[in-house]
Amino acid sequence: MVVFERPHALVDIPLHYCPGCTHGIVHRLVAEAIDELEIEGRTVGIAPVGCSVMAYDYFNCDMIEAAHGRAPAVATGVKRADPENLIVFTYQGDGDLASIGTAETVHAAARNENITVIFINNAIYGMTGGQMAPTSLPGQVTQTSPYGRDVTQCGYPVKVCEMLSMLDGPEYLERVAVNNVKNVRTAKKAIKKAFQNQIEGKGFSLVEVISSCPTNWGMTPSKALKWVDEAMIPYYPLGVYKDRSAGIVPGAKEEAK
Amino acid sequence: MTREYLFAGFGGQGLLFSGKVLAYKGLIEDKNVSWLPSYGPEMRGGTANCSVIISDEPVGAPIISNPDVLVAMNLPSLDKYEAAVKPGGTILVDSSLIERKVNRDDVNVYYVPATKLAGENGAPTLANMILVGKLLETYGEYDAETVKTALGKCVSARHADLLELNLKAMEIGRDFE
Amino acid sequence: MADKVLMKGNEAIAEAAILAGCRHYFGYPITPQTEIAAYMAKRMPKIGGTFLQAESEIAAINMVYGVSSAGKRVMTSSSSPGISLKSEGISYLAGADLPALVVNCQRGGPGLGGIQPSQSDYFQATRGGGHGDYHMIVLAPASVQEMAQLTIRGFELADEYRMTSMILADGTIGQMMEPVSFDFEIKEAPEKPWATTGTGMKRKHNVVNSLYLSPEVLEIKNIERYEKYAKIAEKEALAEEYMLDDAEIVIAAFGIAARVAKNAVNAARAEGIKAGLIRPITLWPFPEKTFKKVIGTAKQIISVELSMGQMIEDVKLATECKVPVSLCYRVGGMIPSPEQVYAAIKEAAEKAGE
Repeated sequence: MVVFERPHALVDIPLHYCPGCTHGIVHRLVAEAIDELEIEGRTVGIAPVGCSVMAYDYFNCDMIEAAHGRAPAVATGVKRADPENLIVFTYQGDGDLASIGTAETVHAAARNENITVIFINNAIYGMTGGQMAPTSLPGQVTQTSPYGRDVTQCGYPVKVCEMLSMLDGPEYLERVAVNNVKNVRTAKKAIKKAFQNQIEGKGFSLVEVISSCPTNWGMTPSKALKWVDEAMIPYYPLGVYKDRSAGIVPGAKEEAK
Repeated sequence: MTREYLFAGFGGQGLLFSGKVLAYKGLIEDKNVSWLPSYGPEMRGGTANCSVIISDEPVGAPIISNPDVLVAMNLPSLDKYEAAVKPGGTILVDSSLIERKVNRDDVNVYYVPATKLAGENGAPTLANMILVGKLLETYGEYDAETVKTALGKCVSARHADLLELNLKAMEIGRDFE
Repeated sequence: MADKVLMKGNEAIAEAAILAGCRHYFGYPITPQTEIAAYMAKRMPKIGGTFLQAESEIAAINMVYGVSSAGKRVMTSSSSPGISLKSEGISYLAGADLPALVVNCQRGGPGLGGIQPSQSDYFQATRGGGHGDYHMIVLAPASVQEMAQLTIRGFELADEYRMTSMILADGTIGQMMEPVSFDFEIKEAPEKPWATTGTGMKRKHNVVNSLYLSPEVLEIKNIERYEKYAKIAEKEALAEEYMLDDAEIVIAAFGIAARVAKNAVNAARAEGIKAGLIRPITLWPFPEKTFKKVIGTAKQIISVELSMGQMIEDVKLATECKVPVSLCYRVGGMIPSPEQVYAAIKEAAEKAGE
């Protein structure tokens, strides 16, 4: 008999996330990957500042809470402290990873730091109540872009996977979504691969997860999932942006392949 | 006894290095020593100086207001520090780079065409060490063994050939009349 | 001489850190402390350690946060503008009760300021620098030997009290060479059962964190931390006393200023002026007891600083304003001369004699 159980790597307490938020799904996928790879006892997770700030309470492995945007730097320190044994992941939102922490993200990737980064892109600042994020779409209405994101004033969204894929450093970059069963399955595979890469010493692996924020988008959960399909994914196409070991290296000259 | 040395000239003339050799010699002789460089962009060719204090007592401030000894390797340095030297002190002038004479008559002055001598002896970058050789000789403190040990401490092992050349430069200074 | 080498103050810090078991250094280039990074870059790869030039001071201090979370001795170094950048991370280290060593080889400020020596980060160092209620242990070396010694002590204190130790040096002590001996007895790092080293599936997960959304809990955290600080203040305050017993004119000075002041005190003594010196070695905790000793005997205290007068406030507090305190200073990268300090002593002595 197959019983649907809580992954061991998740603590048995209620999550604080809003109804319809996809953080819960991604937490579960991360925990399943940790369970399946049997690495919980040597994993250290780094929580960001943002909605998932209290992820340190939810994962059963050792956890660290980092300053806003600095998780990749903290992860670098932890990994370098015990590179043979520890498996280190960061779990960051779009404000954390792509705005205040851009430098830490880019340089951890450039160094091919052997860590796993789970990047939640929901195009909004959730914890502070729905402000414009670096990944908010052009025209998107938020608390701080009440007339819609005006790209002439506040520029264009940051496409993290595309940007990082131009670097020689990182090993693996994939964008996934968790708005339907098929996408969740792909996301699971990607997250597990990002941990597997680290176990094999391959280096910096980032999975960008297109997520929904019904509360701050002002939508019902089902409408929000639809908006992921209709608005987010067309702007942020899903797929593998870089996988050095599989020979997927965009921007590389022919002879370099 | 305390003696304060000021080496002054252009960046790149090796003033910091000569100060270090002198300080190491002091350390080997069980003296208290301090070595303080000027630092910053001037190390790329502006004026540079280096203060060395060698003393029987613990060294207080490593900063020198009135040196006992001034080694001047360019005109701006002589202009700037000549008046600060203690009466009865010593000024060494690289006379191949500084044309004018020292204006004071209450200090001992030695004119050494160090840069010229260095060039003539196949050690064009070691005018500084010629002056250190002369400096030690004037105080009767040129001890060949200690000098060699001090140099050994300042020249890294992979530049052992430079050690001989430095020693030669110091001897040229020592023997210069 | 046998065991002594001539070394720059900055290099002595680096070598001492390695002796103390520090195998992780993160930094970003800035004058006048870059010798520390250069030394670490050379040595760390040869002893299985990590030297990493971070993308910023901010990243460097957060890498320190990571290594410290994982239970290892770790350090970073910078100079004034860089320390401002690190202050966020230092506050987080304090909030998460993590041990670390931070070196500030001070230069003139504010802003980009200059690159010559200064002591004008005294407030920043002793009052915290970052946000929130916290302290660092602040150690002020006055010689190359002390750069080494206090670096080792800094690691020990950081581990013992689970907090940041700061070496508050300056461009002069960092750049100067003096003989230094590395013949130290070093306490090994204690066990760190709180560290995030992986649960090994044998214990409940450890969490390193500075977030407490419940004000009741956060209040208790702060109060507990200050109870620890009170113990440190009682136990760890340290100062050098020089010719203090009969001193009527007392100089208060630390670091390079104390070196200059000592020359001036000697000169004053030679003239029959009863001058003495208190040199705080710990700036936090401030050696209040040493200063309280001179209430009643000192007629004037002169605070000699490379700042517009920062430590002078602690001197006044420690002496409960019962002794007049004046300031003798240079700033912007300038250093007071022994003559300037001597003149201040002489003037004070004449005034006191009236």
